[in-house]
Amino acid sequence: MIDLSTALNTAVRSDVPLLPLFILLTSLLAAPVLFALPERAARLRTGLNLGVAAMKVALVAWLGIKVSQGVIYDVSFAMLPGLEFKLQADPLAILFISLSAILWLITTVYSVGYLERGPHRARFFGFFSLCVAATVGIAMAGNLFTFLIFYELLTLATYPLVIHRGSAEALRAGRIYLIYTLAGGLVLLLGTLGLWVLAGNTDFTPGGVLDAVVAENRAAAQLLFVVLVGALGVKAALVPLHAWLPIAMVAPAPVSALLHAVAVVKAGAFGIMRVVYEVFGIDTAQALGLTAPLAALAAVTILYGSLRAITQDDIKKRLAYSTVSQVSYITLGVALASPVAAVGALAHLIHQGLMKITMFMAAGNLAEGMGVKRVSQMDGIGRAMPGTMLAFSAAALAMIGLPPLAGFVSKWYLAQGGLDAGAAWVVALLLGSSLLNAVYFLPMLYRAWFRDGSETCATPARPRIGWWLAAPPITTALMVLVVGGFANAPFSPLEWTRFVVAIEYLQE
Amino acid sequence: MQSDPMTLTLFAPLFGAILAFLFPRAARALGLVAVLVTGGAVVWLARAVLAEGAVTLALGGWAPPLGISLRADGLSVAMLAMTAAVGLLVSLGALDALRDARQTRYFWPLWLLLLTGMNGVYLSTDIFNLYVMIEVIALAAVGLTVLSGTRAALRAGLEYMYASILGALLFLMGVGFVYLQLGRLDFAGLITAEPSGALSAALALMVVGLALKTALFPLHFWLPAAHANATAPASALLSGLVVKAALYIFLRLTTYMPLPDEVLVTLIGTLGAGAVIWGGIQALRAERLKLLVAWSTVVQIGLIFIAFARAGQVGLTESWKAAALLILAHGVAKAAMFLAAGRIKDEVGHDTIRELDKSAIRPTLAQFTFALAAISLIGLPPSLGFIGKWSLMEGAMAAGYWHWVGVTMIGTLLSVAYFSRVLAGFLRFDRVRAPLGEHQGWALADVAPLTLAVSAIGLGLLAAPILSFIELGYPFGAMP
Repeated sequence: MIDLSTALNTAVRSDVPLLPLFILLTSLLAAPVLFALPERAARLRTGLNLGVAAMKVALVAWLGIKVSQGVIYDVSFAMLPGLEFKLQADPLAILFISLSAILWLITTVYSVGYLERGPHRARFFGFFSLCVAATVGIAMAGNLFTFLIFYELLTLATYPLVIHRGSAEALRAGRIYLIYTLAGGLVLLLGTLGLWVLAGNTDFTPGGVLDAVVAENRAAAQLLFVVLVGALGVKAALVPLHAWLPIAMVAPAPVSALLHAVAVVKAGAFGIMRVVYEVFGIDTAQALGLTAPLAALAAVTILYGSLRAITQDDIKKRLAYSTVSQVSYITLGVALASPVAAVGALAHLIHQGLMKITMFMAAGNLAEGMGVKRVSQMDGIGRAMPGTMLAFSAAALAMIGLPPLAGFVSKWYLAQGGLDAGAAWVVALLLGSSLLNAVYFLPMLYRAWFRDGSETCATPARPRIGWWLAAPPITTALMVLVVGGFANAPFSPLEWTRFVVAIEYLQE
Repeated sequence: MQSDPMTLTLFAPLFGAILAFLFPRAARALGLVAVLVTGGAVVWLARAVLAEGAVTLALGGWAPPLGISLRADGLSVAMLAMTAAVGLLVSLGALDALRDARQTRYFWPLWLLLLTGMNGVYLSTDIFNLYVMIEVIALAAVGLTVLSGTRAALRAGLEYMYASILGALLFLMGVGFVYLQLGRLDFAGLITAEPSGALSAALALMVVGLALKTALFPLHFWLPAAHANATAPASALLSGLVVKAALYIFLRLTTYMPLPDEVLVTLIGTLGAGAVIWGGIQALRAERLKLLVAWSTVVQIGLIFIAFARAGQVGLTESWKAAALLILAHGVAKAAMFLAAGRIKDEVGHDTIRELDKSAIRPTLAQFTFALAAISLIGLPPSLGFIGKWSLMEGAMAAGYWHWVGVTMIGTLLSVAYFSRVLAGFLRFDRVRAPLGEHQGWALADVAPLTLAVSAIGLGLLAAPILSFIELGYPFGAMP
């Protein structure tokens, strides 16, 4: 395990203090160049995309190593009197940017293959890059004000991606997406303002910044919590604010993959985490009596998402409802107010990302290679596309929670956390949810592997699936195996998670 | 003539206007030089204000109340700088946008005259001088409105002229009342005057006159047609800069002659709220792009008045900053948006919103510019518009004026709705019949609007220095 005491006590300034800014700028500065590149400069665009994405992975790795050695990064300047634009690289931020940097690289490879010869590639990759920059900003935001800036940037950058196909259906989905997310953003603005007016400080600090306010005006603090979590709940797809997510799956496959795995829903879940741990502080939130309702809401979302997933025939829609359910595991783990559950929540942030991105990329391959878009068309598809379906199956089994795959690890910690927090119902909930996961995933696997192929397949979009499309889901599927199987190895997501939780819970 | 930055900001554009009128062939060069010299003078003045705080100059050596004096503090320099910078970029845009010889012949003298008037407003220290300057502005602005020569523009220009004359007349009556009461017209005299019914009546007349000139709802009737039918550079100047002069006077006047009670302040805020909502609804219904942009100006003016109203009885000591930020943000963003709309109209050939997505021609960069400007006007981070809105809402929330917070949020949602009508069309391609080319519409003419739009976003990051600059010389705390 990473040595916490040395990491916290030997805090040193870095010799490259602007490293977080460089990481942000890699994708932010790539965007205008990508926009400006002519449509036909495909090789140059691919090279630039991959180069920048790889550079970012390297920079993030460097940052992670430095932070684990106790180096503190803090980049800030005043935007308004007292109100700062602030980037920090705390362990929680590292967890999230590692996820986004690695998955960005993989999704970029996939997108290059997916959009081969498609229209508007310059626009697509430009916004794609902006979207990743926004995610990085969200991860490293040092206060709620900065978080808000990137949260809105994320909305603006993803909208053109959602409507990339430019069809009437895509535009309708885009409109709904925009209404939900911008309204959520506006409420978040209101909440941020409220926090600023009440506490005079929007910093993310382990233990929270609201103690004085809570002592003075309990109701205002409670209202603030509801406003903030409600605003973030839109992107985190908490029931009843989830309706945009299944509709937005009309986006191209790489966009859906990114949206569901790292970008949008994770930004919401991550925001809830920041608000509960570092704006309110877990003890304060619990003392205000707010964690239990949040846990209940998460539980309802978990069950509702799974139940709706069962009845969907459209593969991407089924996956989307599954996301609604799975992302709320994170919220649940946060709301249980137990360090063990928190480990589960944070680990699930990573694990769900890996599993879901695999499934969306695999689903994209099915649609592109065989024209299969519905569950009822999946008969015998395993023999036709074994690599893709193997990846899909691994991720599906992990989602169900089969040991020792990634999903099992997070569910295990969540259940233990539930017991730890004295909420035994969590165990029942998780078992029930796993059962439901099995109900909607296993029939897909059964059809794919054990039924004979039917002749009803629609015409495929392209003759064959190249390596650019085939490799990424296989890679992420392998990662699902590795992070589950070697969960206790140093620098595994689970280990890093323990490091983070130690900071959030040991503050007092 | 004294060699002084303040006099230079007045005389450079004035002589430029005269010369450009006399030598139409050289009008473009003369115009650009005059604007550049004005910009240089503003930089010079800004350095002086940075070093010394507010600077005052008595013209001809006669101090007020006998003579005329000019004064520059942080806020006035910020307005001058915004005017000069936006003016320069619009001038560059005009080089390409105005190809007609007749338009070029009149555009430059009128625009330079306008610049003279606006600089005069920002430097004046007495209300008669202000009256003269707003008449100069009105003259030039009406001229710019009818420049395109279309029937609609002429009709709009005529309406604008009536509104303008009426507004100026009301203002002049107020000035007369003040003179009868006090025997002097300078700001220092106004501050020291005992409040009285006659002075309040004078203020009321002037406020109504200014509301007419800045198009505060429900006196906005002339604005949409006037701004929508002018040529693009003229629209950018009219919407971005001209309405700000009257707003600025309003801000100054109500500091020196506070509104007698809070009911009136709330009334003004309510009118602002009416502008935000009515303007928003009209923008949703607008069929043409430039008309939508013009309605958005009505909305933004309303928002600035709400920023003013949330000061309440306390006065403008704090809240003027939100209003000032919104004024600056709107100036930059709206100029960018009108120029971009003009570019789109030039490239596509029309500006009917419904039909834009049927066109195979996509002026990509102009569309991108339009989107960036919209981000600032909606008030999304990190733009200057966002910072302005943040300051407005922060103040309203701290003072417990939740209704102003609510109105601002409704206005934001409306602005998202009407701008996304346009923006979604930019990204839609399924209604196009002809094959699409790639990256159409890259032109040098896009540089000016793009620079403006990027500034509107980027200036938000510089909000802290901007705020500390406009506070130089205590515009709202000390004697002028």
